[in-house]
Amino acid sequence: MKHSYESTALAEGEPIMKVYLDNNATTIVDPHVFAEMEPYFVQRYGNPNSLHLFASETHPALKDAMEKIYAGIHASKEDSVVITSCATESNNWVLKSIYFEQILTGKKNHIIISEVEHPSVIATAKFIESMGCKVTYLPINHEGIVDAQSVRDTITDKTALVSVMWANNETGAIFPVQEIGEICAEHNVPFHTDAVQAIGKLPVDVQSFNVDYLTFSAHKFHGPKGVGALYIKKDKELIPLLHGGSQMSGYRSGTLNVPGIVGMGKAMEQAVDALDYEMEDIREMRDAFEDELLKIEDTFVVTPREKRTPNTILISFRGIEGESMLWDLNRSGIGASTGSACASEDLEANSVMEAIGAAEDLAHTAIRFSLSRYTTQEELDYTLDVVKKAVERLRGISSTYSYAPEGHESGLDAHHH
Amino acid sequence: MGMDSLIGGTIWDEYSQKVTDLMNNPKNMGEITEEQAEAMGAKLIVADFGAESCGDAVRLYWAVDPKTDRILESKFKSFGCGTAIASSDTMAELCKGKTVDEAVKITNIDVEKAMRDTPDTPAVPPQKMHCSVMAYDVIKKAAAQYKGVDMESFEEEVIVCECARVSLSTLREVIRLNDLTTVEEITDYTKAGAFCKSCIRPGGHEEKDIYLVDLLEEYEKEKMAAAATLGNEGSGAGSFKEMTIVQKIKAVDKAVDENIRQMLIMDGGDMEILDIKENGENIDIYIRYLGACNGCASSSTGTLFAIENILKEKLDPNIRVLPI
Repeated sequence: MKHSYESTALAEGEPIMKVYLDNNATTIVDPHVFAEMEPYFVQRYGNPNSLHLFASETHPALKDAMEKIYAGIHASKEDSVVITSCATESNNWVLKSIYFEQILTGKKNHIIISEVEHPSVIATAKFIESMGCKVTYLPINHEGIVDAQSVRDTITDKTALVSVMWANNETGAIFPVQEIGEICAEHNVPFHTDAVQAIGKLPVDVQSFNVDYLTFSAHKFHGPKGVGALYIKKDKELIPLLHGGSQMSGYRSGTLNVPGIVGMGKAMEQAVDALDYEMEDIREMRDAFEDELLKIEDTFVVTPREKRTPNTILISFRGIEGESMLWDLNRSGIGASTGSACASEDLEANSVMEAIGAAEDLAHTAIRFSLSRYTTQEELDYTLDVVKKAVERLRGISSTYSYAPEGHESGLDAHHH
Repeated sequence: MGMDSLIGGTIWDEYSQKVTDLMNNPKNMGEITEEQAEAMGAKLIVADFGAESCGDAVRLYWAVDPKTDRILESKFKSFGCGTAIASSDTMAELCKGKTVDEAVKITNIDVEKAMRDTPDTPAVPPQKMHCSVMAYDVIKKAAAQYKGVDMESFEEEVIVCECARVSLSTLREVIRLNDLTTVEEITDYTKAGAFCKSCIRPGGHEEKDIYLVDLLEEYEKEKMAAAATLGNEGSGAGSFKEMTIVQKIKAVDKAVDENIRQMLIMDGGDMEILDIKENGENIDIYIRYLGACNGCASSSTGTLFAIENILKEKLDPNIRVLPI
């Protein structure tokens, strides 16, 4: 599973390694996945819904891919796994369809989500809230995890849907989806989970969990971008979001993305094969890397590691604003992520850091490293080295660690806004 | 909107070379100690602005010659992104050699301009402009400390949009003179709201005392009050709550006509106002749905909320709409 990057000279012509540690954002397409997809662009390009040989020659690969996808999440043949264009579409679909079917008709008036869902859930919930639906936003505890009890406390006979993610993208925190699923079943309320960060990192079995709808996306597990899916349990209806030519048995119209589906199938098969490696070897590498990072003074990690996906670290470096750290990492060829202020368009503090009630001064200091099965020990060693240098340089600039004469009353902890 | 806005680029690509260089190697980064200031025969000023919890903070050090009020040396330390660090550095540079009174006149716009590679290309992308505001504020803080006065005394006007430095009085005037009704129009006329967007409405990066939407609402209410006065001579009607029942019904009817009725008619329905009653804090408006609206599921959910929201926004936040 080793992989070497082509070295591309960055600014200043330094001979540097390129290290990708942003696998919760997207992943490299596995070369085997790409190889399986390739014939379906130029050679076998038929529309599967047509009636001729060009269509027919796509069918075996599609069938094979769907079988792999079903097997990957242990769906039964009676369930539907509808291929969409991305997880955002899948999440929008569930919430909006519930709105059309349950809220707009006056049957129900309420949905429950967590306050740290992906924007495709939060923004959609806010949208349907603006149309008159009540929305409960479940808080997370100091470990960054939603408490299942909070679902029990807020669910009512007017609740149309509970949507809580399987694992959080920022922290990797694993949420109690099994318990939440059971609570929903007791109350006969449909349960949706965004499992985008779980596939390939944790065992996902829709039959042993009480899940009615489950979202995932191929590009998070070394498949292609532009291919998502929504698992729909048998007998659970969902009105279509995209109406049209009745592809996907009318659930989701639009010409089938043949290479995409083939790619997702192969990626799912690979993810299942690599799951042990991910849960043991990657976890071990992650833990060792985290131990080294924590040796740097004034660093803090969110969520205990045993309650996290095996590949993720969200770590705060006190006194260093997130974007500044990304800047220094980037100069050395390392890609990581920060949800904090300046790096994102909306200039907000990292929402998870705020939600767990982290010390206020750390809200803008979080950096996320997310590994994959392509991450090597050599890359982590190099990254550690770069991080140490960056911390030294940036803390040298930082007002947090600066001199003040005796008797100076610091004005740095007061809000200026 | 348009092609360039559809696929976001990296904000770093919009940094000028100067910003990039200063982030990589800030020139005036450092400290001045009491001893160093003393050796220069200068007074040490250490001023702080911002907070890490807000995403940026800066500590400015000045060695000021007490005889001439001239800033002999100027250094900074900063918690923030690349723009914040480069702006702090540029600000510290601009302070050097100036008197304290001259330094106070440096604005965030001067700092941004000094970081440009060419005169016409902004040094940082719009959403980063606010990062240079801190550099401006800390100078005032330092000057206030040196002179032993209140920081606010340097600010002659209330600034609503700090990025573009547009004052409250300018905004009020421009809105009225040009009869502006949208935030986009305000931005076109004044540049306010074009950068970090915090001044547009609550919920942005920075909390404000007054937002552009408040100014629009203020003007809208003024216009409505003026219209009501015109329509009901001598009544002196101001807020909705103070109107007579006839005025209230007229005002509601007008708001329904302008904002709601067309939407209902398009769906083959309509509505009429039955009564308006004050109920403690609330103003209850009783309505009856007509045509297709009558019995439509949405008439008790989506449509009703829409009607209520529009009336709340246009007339009074305590309005409740009750269909009968």
